[in-house]
Amino acid sequence: MDHGALLLVELGAVVLGLGVLARAASRLSISPIPLYLLAGLALGEGGIVPLVTSEEFIEVGAELGVIFLLLMLGLEYSAGELVDGLRSVAPAGLVDFGLNFTPGVIVGLVLGWGVVPALFLGGVTYISSTGVIAKLLTDLGWAGNRETPVVLSILVFEDLAMAVLLPTLAALALGGSTTGALVSIGIAISVMVAAIALAYRQGDRLGNLILHRSDEVSLLTVFGLTLVVAGLAEGINISAAVGAFLVGISLAGEAVDRAGSLLTPLRDLFAAVFFVFFGLSTDPGDIPGVLLVALALGVVTAGTKLLSGWWAARRHGVGAAGRRRTGLLLVARGEFSIIIAGLAVGVAGAEELPALAAAYVLLMAVLGPILTKIADPSRGRSSVPQS
Amino acid sequence: MTDIEETPLPGVGLKHEFTAEDGSRVGVIHHRSGRRELFVCPPEDPDSVRISLSLSDDDSHALADALGGSTVVENLTHLQQSVEGLAIDWLKVQGESPYADGTIGDARIRTRTGVSVVAVIRGVTAHAAPGPEFHVEAGDTLVVVGTTDGIKAVEHILSLG
Repeated sequence: MDHGALLLVELGAVVLGLGVLARAASRLSISPIPLYLLAGLALGEGGIVPLVTSEEFIEVGAELGVIFLLLMLGLEYSAGELVDGLRSVAPAGLVDFGLNFTPGVIVGLVLGWGVVPALFLGGVTYISSTGVIAKLLTDLGWAGNRETPVVLSILVFEDLAMAVLLPTLAALALGGSTTGALVSIGIAISVMVAAIALAYRQGDRLGNLILHRSDEVSLLTVFGLTLVVAGLAEGINISAAVGAFLVGISLAGEAVDRAGSLLTPLRDLFAAVFFVFFGLSTDPGDIPGVLLVALALGVVTAGTKLLSGWWAARRHGVGAAGRRRTGLLLVARGEFSIIIAGLAVGVAGAEELPALAAAYVLLMAVLGPILTKIADPSRGRSSVPQS
Repeated sequence: MTDIEETPLPGVGLKHEFTAEDGSRVGVIHHRSGRRELFVCPPEDPDSVRISLSLSDDDSHALADALGGSTVVENLTHLQQSVEGLAIDWLKVQGESPYADGTIGDARIRTRTGVSVVAVIRGVTAHAAPGPEFHVEAGDTLVVVGTTDGIKAVEHILSLG
């Protein structure tokens, strides 16, 4: 077979395999992310069936995956929701950050990685998985629970924190002078604030300007615009992911809900490719060496999420059962932990980070939902109870 | 009327809820996808959803109809009936009424209560602006306009004389 044919077959086989995994995940009612990561580990160097020809394509696809994940995250919340979220849960959000960022940093330092890689690990342990948690809330029929607004507001707060954390970490990853890093961080944060302010006042108009009644026009415009902004952001060293997030936040209004439904299939495809790529670029041989650390980190940060969630729910007047649910829901880590670990590729001292992050997310993306379901078995299904 | 509380659910949609008389928390979540979710939290644990029902557009309308119209419509009707102290009412003349076989003039409704009979509905036909000589039969419905107190007095007259 010539190169082109082989590429198609190999790529097709990978995507088909992901389809099978996604089907299995849906059957088991778990997040597909850990399965995608495992597939990537199996296909990479040192894995079971290493890929030959399609790695380049997958690499580009993975980059698009990060961009889509962040674009959709930005679209998910309107500027108004971001500002409200910040106001209503600021103390809870800060406690959540303090309790869950710190364990990662401490472990990174204890492992002797140095300050910058340790900060990355802090990011990995801090951010809960919006995707996994949103799915859990729907599956369990918990959207109406008293604690749900608290859980969602904390997720919004974490996403805002991502907006600061991503450019900061990206600047640190580049190394270079402290002044250079500070300038990059300064630019990123001011652009972020400006974008949120713009969206808050003019988001609807901007959304209507860019989106069109033809789905085709909307899709091409939003996709193109996002890539350009992401590229420019990468060019001035504030990371493509941040650029995509900015585009997402700046668009608001009703038109955006439609854009969201247009982009979701693309996000699903490329996000899957991204998780596979992360697995691909991680040497499975490194995992046994970090497994114990990942386990310990998992146990500790499950505890800290439980604590910060409990505290946040209590502050908002939720009863004991709801406080427990808040904490357990937030235990799940997923896509954003992987994105942060992905940024650290090439950072001196962070060689073990991808393997540790992969093992950690494999554990937490599975453990979170399981713990949540075990803790509240009586209301496991979203249906009318049999009497 | 029960107060309906509105809470935004970032990324999910909008939640409307109220506490029912038995202490249950009842609400509807309007998902961004357009799907509506009806939920009930039992009085003994008002934090946790016990029943949740996913409703399509058509389902929601059917349920609203079955429950007897929305509060908005009820309010509108109520509003219509009490414009500036005036009320409209539909009063049925029962068979045992002393005026079931007489004229409107006999009952001296306007003189005694200040309430006007603006129409009489018999079967499917309405007789607008009936004069005092209009003959009322059992089963007729009088459409009356007047003060709320006046209308209560008319009800009394119609049944007891």
